[in-house]
Amino acid sequence: MEVVLALVIGVLGGAGVWLILRPRTFQVVMGLVLLSYAVNLFIFSMGSLVIDRPPIVTPGHAASLEHYSDPMPQALVLTAIVIGFATTALFLVVLLASRGFSGTDHVDGVRGDP
Amino acid sequence: MSALLSLAVLPVVLPLVATAALLIIGESRRRLGSIVNMAATLAGLVVATLILWQVDAAGEAGAIAVYLTANWPAPYGITVVADRLSALMLVMAGLVGVGTALYASAGWSRAGSYFFPLLQILLMGVNGAFLTGDLFNLFVFFEVMLAASYGLQLHGSGAPRVQSGLHYIAINLLASSLFLIGLAVIYGVMGSLSMADVAARMPLVAESDRGLLHIGAVMLAMAFLIKAAIWPLNAWLVPAYTASSVPVAALFVVMTKVGLYAILRLWTLLFPAGAEVSAQFGASFLFAGGLLTLCFGALGVLASIRLDRIAAFSVIVSSGTLLAAFAVGSIEVGSAALFYLVNATLATSALFLLVEVVKRTRSETQTRHLDAEALPDEDDNLDDNALPLVGRAFPISVAGLALAFLVCALLVAGLPPLAGFLAKAALLQALVHQLPATEMNPSTIGPQGTWLMIILIVSSGLFATISLARAGIRHFWLKGGVLASQLRAAEAGAVLLLLLASLGLAVFAEPALRYTQATSRYLHAPQPYVDAVLGARARPGPATPAIDEGSVR
Repeated sequence: MEVVLALVIGVLGGAGVWLILRPRTFQVVMGLVLLSYAVNLFIFSMGSLVIDRPPIVTPGHAASLEHYSDPMPQALVLTAIVIGFATTALFLVVLLASRGFSGTDHVDGVRGDP
Repeated sequence: MSALLSLAVLPVVLPLVATAALLIIGESRRRLGSIVNMAATLAGLVVATLILWQVDAAGEAGAIAVYLTANWPAPYGITVVADRLSALMLVMAGLVGVGTALYASAGWSRAGSYFFPLLQILLMGVNGAFLTGDLFNLFVFFEVMLAASYGLQLHGSGAPRVQSGLHYIAINLLASSLFLIGLAVIYGVMGSLSMADVAARMPLVAESDRGLLHIGAVMLAMAFLIKAAIWPLNAWLVPAYTASSVPVAALFVVMTKVGLYAILRLWTLLFPAGAEVSAQFGASFLFAGGLLTLCFGALGVLASIRLDRIAAFSVIVSSGTLLAAFAVGSIEVGSAALFYLVNATLATSALFLLVEVVKRTRSETQTRHLDAEALPDEDDNLDDNALPLVGRAFPISVAGLALAFLVCALLVAGLPPLAGFLAKAALLQALVHQLPATEMNPSTIGPQGTWLMIILIVSSGLFATISLARAGIRHFWLKGGVLASQLRAAEAGAVLLLLLASLGLAVFAEPALRYTQATSRYLHAPQPYVDAVLGARARPGPATPAIDEGSVR
């Protein structure tokens, strides 16, 4: 499971970085989105991967991390997703405004090589 | 102490309430909105000053007020910590906030919608970042600040703003991703994100995990350094700051200082100079980066003709100087650097506010034609535009403007007799005092590095002098003196406030330096901070009696 998750994070992150370095604004947005997916999964994996142990305290088990998965990274991820979603939406608006002003979707506002 | 405790959370709550009020007031009642905004920022400054006064009144180490929101004790809940460093930064941000709000109320707030609510949200983010005692909340307040700054940067719209805004937002979204990666790694190693808790557990980290922890810290530092505009991660700064409207640019000067604050806070807590393991981790890299930034900024200042570009590169110069000074890690240098930080912020903000007023004078001068009564006699001494040079009225507003520009130039370039010079002199003196210590222990910075820093600081002052004198000649002497600029009272007041605050720093330099010295000493021994935060007890509530009530009373 660890290997699969690590691969997923790596591929998402790598694709994100590659897209961010592209010259079209839409590619940059997609890159930022993919990178934020990678980051969110990364935060999630920091709470150690376990199956079938929801972070809800049940009677009969001591309230320690031996019996439950760590709820903290899940809370962090939730906040990070919300913030990332909002800022990406804002970035999309700026992207459209930039296209309206310059007539091109190049990140520098000038028509470069395709 | 209890008064301070209830004050500590106000710098975050006050702008939030003001934003809500401003949104209800709406865009149609501008005058009321402007008054509410002004009152809120002024109240913020008063609160910040009270916090500073209370913290300082508690003696040498200063009071450390720990406010437990929702009554959860330290490593679990959200803590708000007001100490010497936070109080100083709060007052600085408050002053710039009032200046900006005043300036914007003269007209810039009408260039687009929701200027005042965004300004309040930005102030909330900045204040929150200065006050939070928790790494994840630092991230949240960073994002609050950044989200407002995106809106403010685009305020007034137009192609250059949108274009530079696109780059500004992209780089900051990337920085946020790095911030989150750093947070996750640190949580993975330490199991906590409370700064005090992480600092307390630092010596317990196993040798095998130490590398991972360092990687996490470096990732966080990358995010802070992008914000603080370290070279080569500062290409976004000059276009974004010069394209944005004038009051926004003045306010953004504070935002680079938030990055610097985060570096200073985290590094003094996690990697203090006196620690047994990983003391001053990455200091040599930070020092080199600071010097390169200083170099880049100084050359940029020298190469700039436009006043707003000079101001933007001055921001980079001060960032570079401060990064290098923090990396030295001596108490004296740190104290001088804090003094320099406050002065540089006020002076650069004032310079940004002056940009547009000065430019306005100039454009009016060019379009204006002769008055009938000002027609020259034949034997008058004439200038290029065939206007008489002798007996020309020099309007008081232009004279005042020129004087304000002169004061600003002295402050930014660090020339005597104002606070800019005092800050630089204190910094250079501390660096020279530091020399024997570096010769004894050349592992971190070394005497060559110190000398290089001294040379760079002095030459950056020279470059700033040249560039600002050139701009002054161009704006005031070459074309000026023909007619008055239309200087509004609020704009003049805003510039005056920032310059007076800076003059106050020069007049009361001794208490100010005493304060920064005490702050620097306090930062170099982080144990009191850790004890205060982790020792804060939850208050007894109506339903839940205090666990150990005896120790509270």
